Amino acid sequence: MDKQPVTIVGGGGASAPLLPVAVLPAEAGDWLALLKPRVITLVVFTGFVGLLVAPGRLHPVLALAAVLCIAVAAGAAGAINMWYDRDIDAVMRRTAKRPIPGGRIRAGEALGFGVVLAVASTLVMGLATNWFAAAVLAASILFYVFIYTMWLKRSTPQNIVIGGAAGAFPPMIGWAAVTGGLDVMPLLLFAIVFLWTPPHFWALSLYASADYERAGVPMLPVTHGARVTRRQVMLYTLLLVPVSLLPWVLGYAGPVYGLSALGLGAWFLLASWRVLHDQQDASGVSLTNDAPAKWAFRVSLVYLFALFGALAADYLIPGPWHG
Amino acid sequence: MPSRMTTAETAELRRRQRGKNIALVAVLAALALLFYAIAMVKFKVS
Repeated sequence: MDKQPVTIVGGGGASAPLLPVAVLPAEAGDWLALLKPRVITLVVFTGFVGLLVAPGRLHPVLALAAVLCIAVAAGAAGAINMWYDRDIDAVMRRTAKRPIPGGRIRAGEALGFGVVLAVASTLVMGLATNWFAAAVLAASILFYVFIYTMWLKRSTPQNIVIGGAAGAFPPMIGWAAVTGGLDVMPLLLFAIVFLWTPPHFWALSLYASADYERAGVPMLPVTHGARVTRRQVMLYTLLLVPVSLLPWVLGYAGPVYGLSALGLGAWFLLASWRVLHDQQDASGVSLTNDAPAKWAFRVSLVYLFALFGALAADYLIPGPWHG
Repeated sequence: MPSRMTTAETAELRRRQRGKNIALVAVLAALALLFYAIAMVKFKVS
């Protein structure tokens, strides 16, 4: 399918100026792209696992509605983010073809779409499960839009450290949908995603720093250089691994999760170690085309999916560790 | 809407309008089904 904007020659013939690219309605796929479907996948999965391991039962229809609300809310936040970041998206190679900078959807339409979905997902969550879960869901959207997108992203190299909290909400929302409250376990799951975010995004930013620099986004490699960023990737992975073991150590999960967390943690540490010791010149520029950072980025994605998958498996596999 | 469009452009416009309409109908139907299911479950629970 051709996703390029379609231009139409105006009434004046070939010499007349081209009409705005948005004269043709966007395709359904463009609206879907506004929701950042790849990000939603991770959010839905961690939210679902939070819902699964929470004590108590939620009717499958209501559970489905809760997961749907988490997905739609994440998409809404993504659409509002694309509306706000349309100027920097246009100059970054990675994002230049998104629907707004690509001219396929007008900025105001994207904002309206995001706001409607945000309000609708919050209301449906409240009606289907409980209003505490809806409040946490709303807080996650507001945090992502106002704290991360509008404030931190363009003002500090610590943007993704604090802003990463937005992506850590879903397991808590899933838990809250079942229980109507929070406990130690959902906070641990929050902490795991929170600590996973910096090494994940900084690994990406190591090989996409030119894009961020062009857009004026103060990502760590742009402001402090690649050498500092590599150290921070290692540091946060070192913090993440022991925290990922806490659900097992504190008795909230069994050995299936615990042993998986150990193995996956060792793998992620190895990836971060390779990033730290990447061959580099005196100024820290990679001499390997950032191959270790690219690998670490992929490892980080598999790590989080596998870790939460192990938690789900641990819950589903019968064993004496389930009280 | 431009005053003159080529046949190919008109066809593209129609294709996109049709796709948008189908997507909207699907979303509305899914929403109606979701609200119905939530209401039924809530009635049963209470």
